[in-house]
Amino acid sequence: MPVKVVIPTPLRQYTGKKDSVEIEARTVGEALAGLTSRYSDLRKHLYNEEGKLRSFVNVYVNDEDIRFLQRDQTPLTETDVISIVPSIAGGSMIRCICS
Amino acid sequence: MAIQLNAQQLQSIRSHAEREYPNECCGVLLGRADGAVKEVSEVVPLKNLRLDSARAQELLPLEDPGRESEKNRFLIDPLEQMMVEKDARSRELDVLGYYHSHPDHPARPSIYDRDHAWPWYSYIILSVERGKAAEMTSWVLSEDRAHFDPELMKP
Repeated sequence: MPVKVVIPTPLRQYTGKKDSVEIEARTVGEALAGLTSRYSDLRKHLYNEEGKLRSFVNVYVNDEDIRFLQRDQTPLTETDVISIVPSIAGGSMIRCICS
Repeated sequence: MAIQLNAQQLQSIRSHAEREYPNECCGVLLGRADGAVKEVSEVVPLKNLRLDSARAQELLPLEDPGRESEKNRFLIDPLEQMMVEKDARSRELDVLGYYHSHPDHPARPSIYDRDHAWPWYSYIILSVERGKAAEMTSWVLSEDRAHFDPELMKP
């Protein structure tokens, strides 16, 4: 069953400029695995060195964060749309408070 | 690549950063990328979710909450970010990048900035010294995620 994965602008350079991709998958985990095996350069921007989804990378099924669903095991239906959304985060160097 | 902002857009970033001082401010840059230039058409201030520490901690936990707070960290709500992006797409605009302030710190990216960035986006940093907007710089993450390269800001 193909589901739609929306690709954010900075990652389209790794998907042949496509802004969305159809992947055969029954769960979110399968969809992400399918996506990163088809476009392997995406991997380092989605996963850390230990192979875990980077902490600032969020995956939504429609408008729901998969962390509040069943994470990788979240089941999909044909009309579901998966979005990859970064938590945009940052900040300055922490001041040394040691004496 | 270079990023192009007009005087009014630069001023809106400065005003936002001064208003939020001593906290960090953040916002999104919408526009169109045309060849070698990202042309900004809208500067949209967003809420620093670190001010809502319970929700922020649930989304992206701080490693050292004793030393990290809204004064040296910012976080954009991914749901808000997704809505802004959807709205931008419906108007044929793209998210070109983000801005945030460094209160009483230089306009240089930190390791924390690097670890939470994606390539291609412009990351504009504005230093705010004692409440007054100071240097503004723009950065792009390198392909191998190892460092940021400075990006030209065009008027």
